Amino acid sequence: MSDILREYLPILIFLAVAIGLCLAMVIGSLVVVKQRPDSEKVSAYECGFEAFNDSRGQFDVRFYLVAILFIIFDLEVAFLFPWAISLGGIGLFGFWSMIIFLGVLTIGFVYEWRKGALEWE
Amino acid sequence: MIQALIFYVFAAITIASGVMVVSSRNPVHSVLFLILAFFNAAGLFVLIGAEFIAMILVVVYVGAVAVLFLFVVMMLDINFVELRQGFMKYLPIGLLIGVVIFAELFFVVTSWVIAPDLITAAPAPDPNAVTNTHALGALLYTRYVYLFQSAGLILLIAMIGAIVLTLRSREGVKRQRISEQLSRTPDETVEVVKVQRGEGV
Repeated sequence: MSDILREYLPILIFLAVAIGLCLAMVIGSLVVVKQRPDSEKVSAYECGFEAFNDSRGQFDVRFYLVAILFIIFDLEVAFLFPWAISLGGIGLFGFWSMIIFLGVLTIGFVYEWRKGALEWE
Repeated sequence: MIQALIFYVFAAITIASGVMVVSSRNPVHSVLFLILAFFNAAGLFVLIGAEFIAMILVVVYVGAVAVLFLFVVMMLDINFVELRQGFMKYLPIGLLIGVVIFAELFFVVTSWVIAPDLITAAPAPDPNAVTNTHALGALLYTRYVYLFQSAGLILLIAMIGAIVLTLRSREGVKRQRISEQLSRTPDETVEVVKVQRGEGV
Protein backbone atom coordinates (compact mmCIF):
# COMPACT_ATOMS: atom_id res chain seq x y z
CA MET A 1 0.00 0.00 0.00
CA SER A 2 1.46 3.33 -1.02
CA ASP A 3 1.96 6.29 1.27
CA ILE A 4 -0.93 8.27 -0.14
CA LEU A 5 -3.36 5.49 0.71
CA ARG A 6 -1.92 5.02 4.16
CA GLU A 7 -2.82 8.63 4.87
CA TYR A 8 -6.41 7.88 3.96
CA LEU A 9 -6.64 4.78 6.10
CA PRO A 10 -8.16 6.60 9.13
CA ILE A 11 -10.93 7.92 6.88
CA LEU A 12 -11.61 4.42 5.61
CA ILE A 13 -11.77 3.08 9.16
CA PHE A 14 -14.06 5.97 10.08
CA LEU A 15 -16.28 5.11 7.13
CA ALA A 16 -16.39 1.45 8.06
CA VAL A 17 -17.27 2.29 11.69
CA ALA A 18 -20.00 4.69 10.56
CA ILE A 19 -21.57 2.20 8.17
CA GLY A 20 -21.26 -0.60 10.71
CA LEU A 21 -22.89 1.51 13.41
CA CYS A 22 -25.78 2.49 11.13
CA LEU A 23 -26.38 -1.09 10.06
CA ALA A 24 -26.14 -2.31 13.66
CA MET A 25 -28.78 0.17 14.80
CA VAL A 26 -31.18 -0.47 11.93
CA ILE A 27 -30.83 -4.24 11.89
CA GLY A 28 -30.69 -4.41 15.70
CA SER A 29 -33.99 -2.59 16.02
CA LEU A 30 -35.49 -4.90 13.40
CA VAL A 31 -34.32 -8.01 15.19
CA VAL A 32 -34.66 -7.17 18.87
CA VAL A 33 -37.90 -5.20 18.92
CA LYS A 34 -41.19 -7.00 18.72
CA GLN A 35 -42.74 -6.10 15.37
CA ARG A 36 -46.47 -5.49 15.45
CA PRO A 37 -47.39 -3.39 12.39
CA ASP A 38 -50.65 -1.48 12.48
CA SER A 39 -52.03 1.01 10.01
CA GLU A 40 -52.90 3.37 12.90
CA LYS A 41 -49.25 3.59 13.87
CA VAL A 42 -48.30 5.29 10.62
CA SER A 43 -51.34 7.55 10.40
CA ALA A 44 -51.44 11.20 11.48
CA TYR A 45 -51.06 11.75 15.20
CA GLU A 46 -54.10 12.68 17.24
CA CYS A 47 -53.64 16.42 17.22
CA GLY A 48 -52.52 16.56 13.62
CA PHE A 49 -54.99 16.65 10.76
CA GLU A 50 -55.12 14.64 7.59
CA ALA A 51 -52.97 16.12 4.84
CA PHE A 52 -54.94 18.41 2.51
CA ASN A 53 -52.86 17.60 -0.54
CA ASP A 54 -49.65 16.06 -1.73
CA SER A 55 -46.56 17.24 0.10
CA ARG A 56 -44.68 17.50 -3.20
CA GLY A 57 -45.44 21.10 -3.95
CA GLN A 58 -43.69 22.84 -6.79
CA PHE A 59 -40.61 24.83 -5.84
CA ASP A 60 -40.05 28.34 -7.01
CA VAL A 61 -37.63 28.66 -9.93
CA ARG A 62 -35.64 31.11 -7.79
CA PHE A 63 -34.18 28.24 -5.79
CA TYR A 64 -32.74 26.94 -9.03
CA LEU A 65 -31.17 30.30 -9.82
CA VAL A 66 -29.58 30.50 -6.38
CA ALA A 67 -28.24 26.94 -6.72
CA ILE A 68 -26.74 27.54 -10.14
CA LEU A 69 -25.07 30.76 -9.00
CA PHE A 70 -23.72 28.82 -6.02
CA ILE A 71 -22.22 26.16 -8.32
CA ILE A 72 -20.47 28.80 -10.40
CA PHE A 73 -18.81 30.42 -7.42
CA ASP A 74 -18.03 26.99 -5.98
CA LEU A 75 -16.10 26.18 -9.15
CA GLU A 76 -14.35 29.52 -8.97
CA VAL A 77 -13.17 28.64 -5.46
CA ALA A 78 -12.10 25.19 -6.69
CA PHE A 79 -9.79 26.89 -9.16
CA LEU A 80 -8.32 28.95 -6.33
CA PHE A 81 -6.94 25.98 -4.35
CA PRO A 82 -4.14 24.83 -6.71
CA TRP A 83 -3.34 28.45 -7.48
CA ALA A 84 -2.96 29.32 -3.81
CA ILE A 85 -0.50 26.55 -2.99
CA SER A 86 1.61 26.83 -6.15
CA LEU A 87 1.75 30.60 -6.29
CA GLY A 88 5.44 30.65 -5.41
CA GLY A 89 6.35 28.58 -8.45
CA ILE A 90 4.23 30.08 -11.19
CA GLY A 91 5.40 33.65 -10.85
CA LEU A 92 3.78 36.91 -11.81
CA PHE A 93 2.17 35.50 -14.95
CA GLY A 94 0.28 32.86 -12.99
CA PHE A 95 -0.79 35.49 -10.48
CA TRP A 96 -2.23 37.83 -13.13
CA SER A 97 -3.76 34.92 -14.99
CA MET A 98 -5.89 34.18 -11.94
CA ILE A 99 -6.64 37.86 -11.38
CA ILE A 100 -8.03 38.11 -14.93
CA PHE A 101 -10.09 34.96 -14.32
CA LEU A 102 -11.48 36.49 -11.13
CA GLY A 103 -12.10 39.75 -12.99
CA VAL A 104 -14.16 37.99 -15.65
CA LEU A 105 -16.28 36.36 -12.98
CA THR A 106 -16.56 39.65 -11.11
CA ILE A 107 -18.22 41.09 -14.23
CA GLY A 108 -20.84 38.37 -13.86
CA PHE A 109 -21.13 39.07 -10.16
CA VAL A 110 -21.70 42.79 -10.74
CA TYR A 111 -24.27 41.89 -13.42
CA GLU A 112 -26.24 39.64 -11.12
CA TRP A 113 -26.05 42.14 -8.30
CA ARG A 114 -27.34 44.97 -10.49
CA LYS A 115 -30.06 42.73 -11.93
CA GLY A 116 -31.24 41.91 -8.43
CA ALA A 117 -30.75 38.17 -8.82
CA LEU A 118 -29.43 37.95 -5.28
CA GLU A 119 -32.51 39.55 -3.75
CA TRP A 120 -35.43 37.44 -2.71
CA GLU A 121 -38.38 39.88 -2.62
CA MET B 1 -4.49 -7.02 -1.79
CA ILE B 2 -6.46 -4.78 0.56
CA GLN B 3 -6.29 -2.08 -2.11
CA ALA B 4 -7.99 -4.41 -4.60
CA LEU B 5 -10.64 -5.27 -2.03
CA ILE B 6 -11.38 -1.59 -1.40
CA PHE B 7 -11.51 -0.98 -5.14
CA TYR B 8 -14.07 -3.72 -5.68
CA VAL B 9 -16.21 -2.50 -2.79
CA PHE B 10 -16.25 1.07 -4.10
CA ALA B 11 -16.77 0.00 -7.70
CA ALA B 12 -19.60 -2.36 -6.81
CA ILE B 13 -21.40 0.29 -4.76
CA THR B 14 -20.92 2.84 -7.55
CA ILE B 15 -22.44 0.56 -10.16
CA ALA B 16 -25.24 -0.58 -7.88
CA SER B 17 -26.20 2.98 -7.00
CA GLY B 18 -25.96 3.91 -10.68
CA VAL B 19 -28.49 1.22 -11.47
CA MET B 20 -30.68 2.48 -8.64
CA VAL B 21 -30.52 6.04 -10.02
CA VAL B 22 -32.02 4.81 -13.27
CA SER B 23 -34.49 2.33 -11.88
CA SER B 24 -35.83 3.93 -8.72
CA ARG B 25 -39.39 5.18 -8.98
CA ASN B 26 -39.12 8.25 -6.84
CA PRO B 27 -36.89 10.90 -8.46
CA VAL B 28 -35.78 12.17 -5.04
CA HIS B 29 -34.44 8.71 -4.25
CA SER B 30 -32.65 8.78 -7.61
CA VAL B 31 -30.85 11.95 -6.59
CA LEU B 32 -29.87 10.43 -3.24
CA PHE B 33 -28.45 7.37 -4.99
CA LEU B 34 -26.60 9.72 -7.32
CA ILE B 35 -24.96 11.29 -4.27
CA LEU B 36 -23.91 7.82 -3.10
CA ALA B 37 -22.44 7.16 -6.55
CA PHE B 38 -20.50 10.44 -6.38
CA PHE B 39 -19.05 9.54 -2.99
CA ASN B 40 -17.93 6.15 -4.19
CA ALA B 41 -16.44 7.62 -7.35
CA ALA B 42 -14.50 9.99 -5.09
CA GLY B 43 -13.25 6.94 -3.21
CA LEU B 44 -12.10 5.40 -6.49
CA PHE B 45 -10.26 8.60 -7.40
CA VAL B 46 -8.46 8.57 -4.06
CA LEU B 47 -7.52 4.96 -4.71
CA ILE B 48 -5.68 5.83 -7.94
CA GLY B 49 -4.02 8.78 -6.24
CA ALA B 50 -6.07 11.62 -7.74
CA GLU B 51 -6.78 13.31 -4.44
CA PHE B 52 -7.62 16.74 -5.77
CA ILE B 53 -10.26 15.46 -8.18
CA ALA B 54 -11.73 13.31 -5.43
CA MET B 55 -12.13 16.27 -3.10
CA ILE B 56 -13.50 18.48 -5.88
CA LEU B 57 -15.97 15.73 -6.69
CA VAL B 58 -17.22 15.81 -3.13
CA VAL B 59 -17.27 19.60 -2.85
CA VAL B 60 -18.70 20.47 -6.26
CA TYR B 61 -20.78 17.47 -7.25
CA VAL B 62 -22.12 16.41 -3.87
CA GLY B 63 -22.25 19.89 -2.42
CA ALA B 64 -23.64 21.82 -5.35
CA VAL B 65 -24.67 19.73 -8.35
CA ALA B 66 -26.69 17.25 -6.30
CA VAL B 67 -28.47 20.12 -4.57
CA LEU B 68 -29.23 21.62 -7.99
CA PHE B 69 -30.64 18.28 -9.15
CA LEU B 70 -32.78 18.11 -6.03
CA PHE B 71 -34.15 21.57 -6.75
CA VAL B 72 -34.86 20.60 -10.34
CA VAL B 73 -36.69 17.48 -9.19
CA MET B 74 -38.68 19.52 -6.69
CA MET B 75 -39.45 22.14 -9.31
CA LEU B 76 -40.87 19.72 -11.82
CA ASP B 77 -44.51 19.05 -11.31
CA ILE B 78 -44.29 15.29 -11.47
CA ASN B 79 -47.46 13.33 -11.42
CA PHE B 80 -46.52 9.71 -10.97
CA VAL B 81 -49.67 8.36 -12.54
CA GLU B 82 -49.20 10.45 -15.67
CA LEU B 83 -45.54 9.49 -15.74
CA ARG B 84 -46.42 5.87 -16.20
CA GLN B 85 -48.93 6.54 -18.97
CA GLY B 86 -46.35 7.94 -21.37
CA PHE B 87 -44.29 4.77 -21.22
CA MET B 88 -45.60 3.10 -24.37
CA LYS B 89 -45.59 6.36 -26.30
CA TYR B 90 -41.93 7.06 -25.64
CA LEU B 91 -40.79 3.46 -25.88
CA PRO B 92 -39.75 3.53 -29.59
CA ILE B 93 -37.64 6.68 -29.35
CA GLY B 94 -36.15 5.57 -26.05
CA LEU B 95 -35.28 2.23 -27.57
CA LEU B 96 -33.71 3.96 -30.58
CA ILE B 97 -31.50 6.17 -28.40
CA GLY B 98 -30.60 3.19 -26.26
CA VAL B 99 -29.52 1.20 -29.33
CA VAL B 100 -27.44 4.11 -30.63
CA ILE B 101 -25.66 4.57 -27.30
CA PHE B 102 -25.12 0.84 -26.98
CA ALA B 103 -23.62 0.69 -30.49
CA GLU B 104 -21.29 3.59 -29.69
CA LEU B 105 -20.17 1.98 -26.45
CA PHE B 106 -19.71 -1.32 -28.24
CA PHE B 107 -17.44 0.23 -30.87
CA VAL B 108 -15.47 2.10 -28.24
CA VAL B 109 -14.93 -0.97 -26.08
CA THR B 110 -14.09 -3.35 -28.92
CA SER B 111 -11.73 -1.01 -30.77
CA TRP B 112 -9.91 0.16 -27.68
CA VAL B 113 -6.23 -0.58 -27.42
CA ILE B 114 -4.09 0.27 -24.45
CA ALA B 115 -0.68 1.56 -25.46
CA PRO B 116 1.72 -1.15 -24.30
CA ASP B 117 4.23 1.18 -22.66
CA LEU B 118 1.58 3.29 -20.95
CA ILE B 119 1.42 1.31 -17.73
CA THR B 120 5.16 1.15 -17.20
CA ALA B 121 5.79 4.74 -18.28
CA ALA B 122 6.05 7.11 -15.36
CA PRO B 123 3.56 10.02 -15.30
CA ALA B 124 5.16 13.40 -15.96
CA PRO B 125 5.27 14.73 -12.40
CA ASP B 126 6.17 11.89 -10.08
CA PRO B 127 3.11 11.40 -7.83
CA ASN B 128 5.28 10.51 -4.87
CA ALA B 129 7.36 13.66 -5.15
CA VAL B 130 4.68 16.26 -5.77
CA THR B 131 1.04 16.35 -4.72
CA ASN B 132 -1.77 16.46 -7.25
CA THR B 133 -2.74 19.96 -6.36
CA HIS B 134 0.80 21.29 -6.78
CA ALA B 135 1.12 19.53 -10.13
CA LEU B 136 -2.16 21.06 -11.32
CA GLY B 137 -1.24 24.50 -10.07
CA ALA B 138 2.13 24.40 -11.81
CA LEU B 139 0.52 23.83 -15.20
CA LEU B 140 -3.01 25.17 -15.18
CA TYR B 141 -2.40 28.89 -14.75
CA THR B 142 0.63 29.31 -16.98
CA ARG B 143 0.90 26.63 -19.63
CA TYR B 144 -2.85 26.17 -20.12
CA VAL B 145 -3.74 29.80 -19.55
CA TYR B 146 -6.04 30.02 -22.59
CA LEU B 147 -8.06 27.01 -21.50
CA PHE B 148 -8.20 28.43 -18.00
CA GLN B 149 -9.46 31.79 -19.23
CA SER B 150 -12.03 30.13 -21.47
CA ALA B 151 -13.24 28.19 -18.44
CA GLY B 152 -13.77 31.56 -16.80
CA LEU B 153 -15.71 32.84 -19.81
CA ILE B 154 -17.87 29.71 -19.84
CA LEU B 155 -18.69 30.25 -16.17
CA LEU B 156 -19.56 33.88 -16.95
CA ILE B 157 -21.87 32.79 -19.77
CA ALA B 158 -23.49 30.20 -17.50
CA MET B 159 -24.09 32.85 -14.85
CA ILE B 160 -25.60 35.37 -17.27
CA GLY B 161 -27.59 32.68 -19.04
CA ALA B 162 -29.12 31.42 -15.81
CA ILE B 163 -30.08 34.95 -14.81
CA VAL B 164 -31.56 35.81 -18.22
CA LEU B 165 -33.54 32.59 -18.35
CA THR B 166 -34.94 32.43 -14.84
CA LEU B 167 -35.03 35.91 -13.36
CA ARG B 168 -38.48 37.41 -13.57
CA SER B 169 -39.31 40.58 -11.72
CA ARG B 170 -42.76 40.28 -10.28
CA GLU B 171 -45.43 42.92 -10.22
CA GLY B 172 -47.02 44.07 -7.02
CA VAL B 173 -44.29 43.02 -4.65
CA LYS B 174 -43.95 45.42 -1.74
CA ARG B 175 -40.38 46.03 -0.80
CA GLN B 176 -38.46 48.57 1.19
CA ARG B 177 -36.69 51.30 -0.76
CA ILE B 178 -34.57 53.07 1.79
CA SER B 179 -33.55 55.94 -0.47
CA GLU B 180 -37.19 56.78 -1.16
CA GLN B 181 -38.00 56.63 2.53
CA LEU B 182 -35.18 58.96 3.42
CA SER B 183 -35.84 61.45 0.64
CA ARG B 184 -39.41 62.08 1.75
CA THR B 185 -39.92 65.51 3.25
CA PRO B 186 -42.56 66.50 5.77
CA ASP B 187 -44.16 68.86 3.23
CA GLU B 188 -45.09 65.98 0.92
CA THR B 189 -46.59 63.74 3.54
CA VAL B 190 -47.87 65.74 6.50
CA GLU B 191 -50.72 68.17 6.26
CA VAL B 192 -51.47 70.48 9.14
CA VAL B 193 -55.17 71.14 9.41
CA LYS B 194 -56.81 73.73 11.61
CA VAL B 195 -59.80 72.02 13.11
CA GLN B 196 -62.75 74.00 14.38
CA ARG B 197 -63.74 72.98 17.85
CA GLY B 198 -66.61 70.51 17.91
CA GLU B 199 -66.68 69.88 14.16
CA GLY B 200 -64.08 67.24 13.46
CA VAL B 201 -61.91 66.99 10.42
